[in-house]
Amino acid sequence: MTVRIDQTRCIGSGQCVLAAPDVFDQSDDDGLGVVLVAEPPADLLPGVRDAVDRCPAQVVTLEE
Amino acid sequence: MTEAAVCPVHHERDHPLHPPIGFAEAVSDGPVRMVWPNGVEAWMVSSYAGVRQVLSDPRFSTRKGGQPEMRTDNGEEVLDPDQPGNINGIDGAEHMRLRRPLSRGFMVKRMNELRPRIQQIVDEHLDVMEAKGAPADLVASLCLPLPSLVIAELLGVPPEHQELFQATAGDLFGKNGSKDEYLAHATKLAEVLTPIVEAKRAAGTNDDMIGLMANDTDFSMEELIFLCIGLLAAGHETTSNFLGLFTLHLFEKPDQLEVLRRDPSRADVVVEELMRYTVGQLGGPGLTRRATEDVEVDGVLIKAGDWVSVSLMANLDEALCPRAEQLDLERDAVSHLGFGFGPHQCLGANLARAELQIGLRTLFERFPNLRPAVPVTEMRYRNDMITYGAAEIPVVW
Repeated sequence: MTVRIDQTRCIGSGQCVLAAPDVFDQSDDDGLGVVLVAEPPADLLPGVRDAVDRCPAQVVTLEE
Repeated sequence: MTEAAVCPVHHERDHPLHPPIGFAEAVSDGPVRMVWPNGVEAWMVSSYAGVRQVLSDPRFSTRKGGQPEMRTDNGEEVLDPDQPGNINGIDGAEHMRLRRPLSRGFMVKRMNELRPRIQQIVDEHLDVMEAKGAPADLVASLCLPLPSLVIAELLGVPPEHQELFQATAGDLFGKNGSKDEYLAHATKLAEVLTPIVEAKRAAGTNDDMIGLMANDTDFSMEELIFLCIGLLAAGHETTSNFLGLFTLHLFEKPDQLEVLRRDPSRADVVVEELMRYTVGQLGGPGLTRRATEDVEVDGVLIKAGDWVSVSLMANLDEALCPRAEQLDLERDAVSHLGFGFGPHQCLGANLARAELQIGLRTLFERFPNLRPAVPVTEMRYRNDMITYGAAEIPVVW
């Protein structure tokens, strides 16, 4: 299970941070999404799936 | 495909909190052709999947120029299609150039840092409302001043300019004027903003939004001023309307208001559900795109060059959540489209969330018996092609 953000298309909306604050953050330099935990434990996966769904730029992926 | 029926876009409602009459029926069978009051024809897409597709597929452009909702009823263009800094009228890399620096200013953690200040503004305004006594107009007492004060501080308008700034911005956004009036007020606001921007540029600071745009980007002065006006417009109209509409929906549904009263700490989830439901019930068309290629949406072929509007009635689609037509404040937050979707999703969504959560929670904590002074159906409402809300909400407590 690997979480990724395609930063080339990220708009910095922060929806992933709202969905899974333990897994995602926004960079202080440019506001873009960053992955804090690339291989999250099972209890964080529902939040990650929510982030994948909510991301308005559809740049968050979870490879299962 | 067969040529679909053409129905008119209109905003007549049989109840101020319900969708325009006949709208749900007109759009229920998938994309239909609709004629706007200014004569422009556009497809109307209203399914959850369809709206997500239109708002996120790069083959639908947001480039202005003839766009139905950006024209007055007599067909006049409200905005120059090439207006520099019009972030909602550009796509792709050009859009990203403007959007990304702004996103930084609206980061979730930055919005969370603002919460104590938002709370303070809410408390001060409710103090004044209480001291003056009932009845009060909730729109003038809280809904309007809250977002406009917050956005002015976030932008970094210095205290000595605040009064002039608020008055000028109020003239620009407070009423539905003609195009000439709009331009005159916009010019005046630009005159207020220009020296502020120049001062930030000279100081080299980036600790507020204007400073960040003035010093950490390649934005031109013209882009910068127009972006400020855009941020102000969004700050004035939308959050203010929604704080009012949320309150009205709660007045109309006492069992749901009870859910918030019972556990005000769930204000974050409550605001998501109110946003989903309220935007869904507004129903009418708003965001418009233009197909740059032939694209199929919900089984209908949309041809290159066609206008496509989305109805956020999609928030009431059962594909999003069960019993989607009901307001259910006990529901967990779902991926609603209340802030739009795609690269142009509301830039200020996280700020709006903070204001709505704090505003709504504090309002009903401070005034547990808050109720409308006149029936919701007898209040005055403001409606133009893009925004809708109560002009006044007389309340007692």
